[in-house]
Amino acid sequence: MNDVNQKMPIMESQERTFGAPILEIKNITMRFGGVVAIQDISFDILQGEVRAIIGPNGAGKSSMLNVINGFYHPQEGEIWFGGEKRSPMKPYQIAYQGIARTFQNIALFRGMSTLDNIMTGRFTHMKTGVLSQVIWRGAAEKEEYENREIVEKVIDFLDIQTIRKTEVGKLPYGLQKRVELGRALAAEPKLLLLDEPMAGMNVEEKEDMSRFILDVNDEFGTTVALIEHDMGVVMDIADRVVVMDYGKKIGDDTPENILKNQDVIDAYLGVAHD
Amino acid sequence: MFFLLDPFFYEIVISGLLAGVMYALVALGFVLIFKASGIFNFSQGVLALFAALTLVGFQTGQIPFAHLLSLFGFHVTHWGAGFPTVIAILFSLFVMIGLAWLIVQIVLKPLVNQEGIILFMATIGLAYVLEGVGDLMWGANVKMLDVGLPKGPSEFILDTTDMFIDKLEISAAVVAIILVVVLTLFSAYTKMGRALRAVADDHQAALSVGISLETIWWIVWSVSGIVALVAGVMWGAKSGVQFSLSLIALKALPVLMLGGFTSIPGAIIGGLMIGLGEKLFEFYIGPMIGGATENWFAYMLALLFLLFRPQGLFGEKIIERV
Repeated sequence: MNDVNQKMPIMESQERTFGAPILEIKNITMRFGGVVAIQDISFDILQGEVRAIIGPNGAGKSSMLNVINGFYHPQEGEIWFGGEKRSPMKPYQIAYQGIARTFQNIALFRGMSTLDNIMTGRFTHMKTGVLSQVIWRGAAEKEEYENREIVEKVIDFLDIQTIRKTEVGKLPYGLQKRVELGRALAAEPKLLLLDEPMAGMNVEEKEDMSRFILDVNDEFGTTVALIEHDMGVVMDIADRVVVMDYGKKIGDDTPENILKNQDVIDAYLGVAHD
Repeated sequence: MFFLLDPFFYEIVISGLLAGVMYALVALGFVLIFKASGIFNFSQGVLALFAALTLVGFQTGQIPFAHLLSLFGFHVTHWGAGFPTVIAILFSLFVMIGLAWLIVQIVLKPLVNQEGIILFMATIGLAYVLEGVGDLMWGANVKMLDVGLPKGPSEFILDTTDMFIDKLEISAAVVAIILVVVLTLFSAYTKMGRALRAVADDHQAALSVGISLETIWWIVWSVSGIVALVAGVMWGAKSGVQFSLSLIALKALPVLMLGGFTSIPGAIIGGLMIGLGEKLFEFYIGPMIGGATENWFAYMLALLFLLFRPQGLFGEKIIERV
């Protein structure tokens, strides 16, 4: 088992330094009636790193993201964000804290255009109230233009200019995923949660997506947590990996070491073929 | 085609169009709430009634719940002086916005993830509650409403073209058109308008982007309440503020069938078509079949639409990529 991927690694090996933990999961347990989706899991995500969460289907990975995002409230455990313990909050308040995400089954606003969808990503940055928007002059108009500029930059970055005005419901799956990434990026989050961002993509599209994620991490220092099934991608872009299985954590290490972890191999990776 | 030369034809057309705008005004309230929260608001007509009652109450200086208080020996019904019309309108706006907040807290929040049919039933309950509260607060007697809008036939038009067109209906049409334009622009081009459309589309995604569902619902019900106030004022000025005012909501249903439940411009077009169709049908075909067709023509038209184009002319097409 020498080298899992034979192609050129996207990232050059270099010393990557990270800051203090931006997110700390402490002894989280999440139950739905009799089903224990997450059992006493703890891990952290350091500022500036790319953290992968992997594991077989049904392991509780998406539930973990939903807990971080505020859609699920764990029965036990604590979540610390930016060094402070987080009290139970609604998802929209967590968005204001600086966490943005994409969804496994794509949760775009289907009736709206690409441009409008990505503009909604700027919601937490737009401060004008309802009344000034009805009157429109001055503050609201200025804000709209400023944010529109940022959205156009995101559209350029993701190379989706040709579909700016298309209703996203009509777009092919791969482009929808890209638009959803754009909406999350537009929020300029401190922590970006990606739920299987490469699902259903071919090699070229995966390379594009990986490039986008790395650029965002590199240029803006955005911390990224992503759920991913493609081990090649994980090896290429992740700094550290958390492995989940049946709601429990069975591995928490760098990608290279995870590949050698017997528990992980038994549960998820299987035996490598040469 | 000799009827095109008959000036009376044009009078009917214009009268029908103006009536249609009045229908559209009511339908608009439904569209806003349905667009943003997927709820068919059965209490929209009662909201219009309540708004009009509140306005008259402020204008004439009524003491709210006077009838209730009289049971305790307190027999005064009026303060002695009312507020000037503009202030009364302003206060009524505040009342509708406050009412919207109460509705969100008491009715919508507890029922957040329930089926649409349950929310619909909740609005039925809301309609009865509001009707009762309106009666208790302001009394059930017919009240005259005068907000200073011009009344009577437009002399200018009467002199030049021999057509009898009510000035009140012209004012209502102007106000309704302004409202529709403002609301359409608001929905399409502002941050809050986007947020409204987002909430209508996908609750989870809207939450993850930072949009508070409660705030959006409050805004939508407030705007619907304001639209209800305008509708109540227009209809109330025309035929007095009485409890049958809430029945204008029934006329809005055919408008929604035609225009679609989620389209703001559709409400106007649907209203115009119903208004125009009603008057023309009544005048030209009515005499042949016994008259009084205005009562049912709109529903017959709506039935036809239900059979052949259920989403209406402008309703949202279901966009899905298989």
